[in-house]
Parts: sequence; structure tokens; C-alpha cells
Amino acid sequence: MEIKADTTVCIGAGMCALTVPQVFDQSDEDGTVVLLETSPPAELEDGVRRAVTLCPSGALSIAE
Amino acid sequence: MSELIMTTDRERPFDPPDRIAGLGGEAPLHRLTFADGHEGWLVTGYTAARAILADPRFSNRPEYTHPTIPARAEVAEKLRGREFAVPGFFLRMDAPEHTRYRKLLTGQFTVRRMKQLEPRVEEITHARLDAMEAAGKPADLVEQFALPIPSLVICELLGVPYEDRERFQSDSRALLALESGADEVIDAMRSMTGYLYGLIQRKRAEPQDDLISGLVQGGELADDELTGVSFLLLVAGHETTANMLGLGTYALLRNPDQLAAMRDDPSVVDNGVEELLRYLTIIHVGPIRSALEDVEVEGVVVRKGQSVAFSLPVVNRDPARFPGGDSLDLARPAGGHLTFGHGIHQCLGQQLARIEMRIGYPALLRRFPGLRLAVPPEEVPMRTDMSIYGVHRLPVTW
Repeated sequence: MEIKADTTVCIGAGMCALTVPQVFDQSDEDGTVVLLETSPPAELEDGVRRAVTLCPSGALSIAE
Repeated sequence: MSELIMTTDRERPFDPPDRIAGLGGEAPLHRLTFADGHEGWLVTGYTAARAILADPRFSNRPEYTHPTIPARAEVAEKLRGREFAVPGFFLRMDAPEHTRYRKLLTGQFTVRRMKQLEPRVEEITHARLDAMEAAGKPADLVEQFALPIPSLVICELLGVPYEDRERFQSDSRALLALESGADEVIDAMRSMTGYLYGLIQRKRAEPQDDLISGLVQGGELADDELTGVSFLLLVAGHETTANMLGLGTYALLRNPDQLAAMRDDPSVVDNGVEELLRYLTIIHVGPIRSALEDVEVEGVVVRKGQSVAFSLPVVNRDPARFPGGDSLDLARPAGGHLTFGHGIHQCLGQQLARIEMRIGYPALLRRFPGLRLAVPPEEVPMRTDMSIYGVHRLPVTW
């Protein structure tokens, strides 16, 4: 799994960082998503999928 | 079928109005007659609501949207022809105008920043519980607990003196009361903007370590924009969580097994808060969007210029998304509810609200294990007359 994040559409709601803090963080400056890992370990993949669904702005996508 | 109009009157305190709830599960969109006679739509389906709220072809600007509540139609009529959007009031803006304001603020409301506030929120919560205990029973939970906690927290975060609360709390009540006349709404807006404009001048002269001072010093926003931004954050910051704490406690008191789980099992709390947010959905009127072009949504064509209103309480009980959603079940996977909205306007302060509730409910229930209503349930005054639902008062004893 490979995660892509588009910070130009991210609105910093923080749903990703709330759901999988091991993978997603937020910039202190503008709150937009910061990827701590682009290829998460298998045990976090479900959480990552949930985070992608929860993202309100469509900033996250996954390539399997 | 007779024509559908928006209503906030309920048959039961925790369930959406039967007339609207009955539409959920039937179809995702229904023809709705708005308060000014406009023929638009009401959304009750979960996937349709998510799709529209995330679609930039739908605008949130006040000059395009029609009101669903009669008294609001009067306000809109009175304001017609004036400068519509308040500068800096980015809730009612579209991208990219909205983006500029939101990006200035999101860094202040990140999950990490809000986590850093936890010890202070705990301190405030326990101090309020001490005060409530000292004042003795019976008590109004709203006055003693539900309103002061988020008020104190947002005041501290923004740098608004808590001593001034009578003024801004009464202004925000007037703004949120569905029956407020146009003059009352305009007076409350003037009072609130006048107060905050003055505060911003003081922050400019003597900056402190708070969010408004930071925005003033950042130098990106003019004073009228700073006023609009502060207005939005102050009203949104205390009215919303206050009503969740009040109504949520009432719902728990009426569901004793769920109350016990929230009190006794720390592993229930985080998801339990999401379930309370879903089950109670205090945003019971609006949001409203308007189509900037013809858009097809799940087989229905919303025409350019048509307004779409949402019943989020019904959306959050869509049986296809939340089966059995008419009951409160703190163990239900409740993530993905739309109580904080969806799309670019999704609540900026949601991570703060979560922290206040995750700390607030268990702390209250542990301090007063015998907490119970001090009046019969039918005497609890419900906020069917306010744009944010909840309880006006919650008389409790222990």
C-alpha cells in the first residue's frame, strides 16, 4: 500500500492524525497532513483505509 | 403527499421529528419548500449528504442559500442588498476565499495541539465539578458544568476575558434562537462585532499569549476580518460542546447501562463520544448549500440555483450506514458520522470538542455516581427553538 496526500486540498481537520497517529501527522504551521510513512506496515492498513474514508476534503488516496 | 417544510418540533427528546425521520431510508433527497417559498431539496441519505457537502459545485455563500426556518427568512429579507458575507466569517465562504482563512487557523487546532490542552481542560473540568459540589444539590447541569467548561476553554484559547461572558453569551443566544426577529439578530451581530473589534484593538496594543493576539501579530488579516474570524470561533467554540455535554448527560441518564459503561470502562469513552455525537446530532437545522450548476445526485437533478438543506440527525441514522441507529449504543462503530459536517467546512474545533467530551462525561459521572434527574423527564426544557439542539436546563441531583 502506498499513501498519497494532497496538501493543496487538505483542510487540516485532523481525522487522519486522530485515526492513525503512527502514519499521519499535521504541520504545526498550517495543520495540513504530514505523512510519517508512505508505505505503512500491514497491521496499520485497515486504519489507513478508515482514515482515507474519514478525510473530509479528499486529500488522501491509496495505491495498492 | 402534502408539501414538506422544515420543522424542529420533536415528539421525543432524542429522536428527530417523526415527519422528517420517516423520510430517511425512503430516498436520499426529498422536495422541500423553503421558508421563503423556494422549492429545493432536503437530504436525509448518508452517501448523498457526504457527496454534496464535499462537492465544490455547491456553494455555502449566504446570497445563494435560502432559509428553511420562517424567522430566518425575515432576517434574510432585511439583510438583502447589504454587504452579505461578514468579512472573515469564513464559514459562509467558498474556496478559494475560504481556504485563506482556514489555513491561518488549522495549525492552531491540530490533534497534537489539542492534546497539549488536555491537562488544562482536566483542571478546568475538576474545578467546575468542585464548584458544583460546593453549590449543592439540586443543580442545573447546564449552568454549573456544560456551559462553563467549553466557555472557559475557548476564552482562554482565544484570549477573550471570561468576565465578559454575559455579553457574548446573550448575543450568541439571540443569534442562535430560531425565533429571533431580524432586529434582534442585527443588534446581536452589531454588539458581538463591536465587542470583538474593541478586543482586537486591545490585543494590538498589548499582545498576549493567545490565539487572537497571534492572528493580530501575524499581520495577514485586517481588523474587520479578525473580527469575523473571532466571532465565528467564539460562538462555535462554546455553544456546541456546551449542548453536547448537557444533552449527552441527559441521554446517558435515560440509558443507565450506557451511562455505567461511560463511567466505568475507559475503553468505551472515545468511541462512546462519537456515538453520542451521532445519536444526538445537535446540528438539527442546516447546513444548507446551493447548486452553482445542475448537479445529479443519486438519480436526482438539483438545478442550478436550487438550495439543498440537510437533516443531519436523520442522515446520521441512515439505516444503510448505521443499522439500528435509532438507539444509543456506545459500542457501535460510530466513526464517519456527519455531526461535524463534511467537506471543506468540516468543524475546525472538532478535536477540541472531542477532548472536552472525553474528559467531561467520565469526570462528571465518577464525581457523582448517583447523578439523576431532579425533575420528571417531560419537564426538561428542550432547545427545539434554537439552531443548536440541546437542553436549556438540566436539573440534576445526586
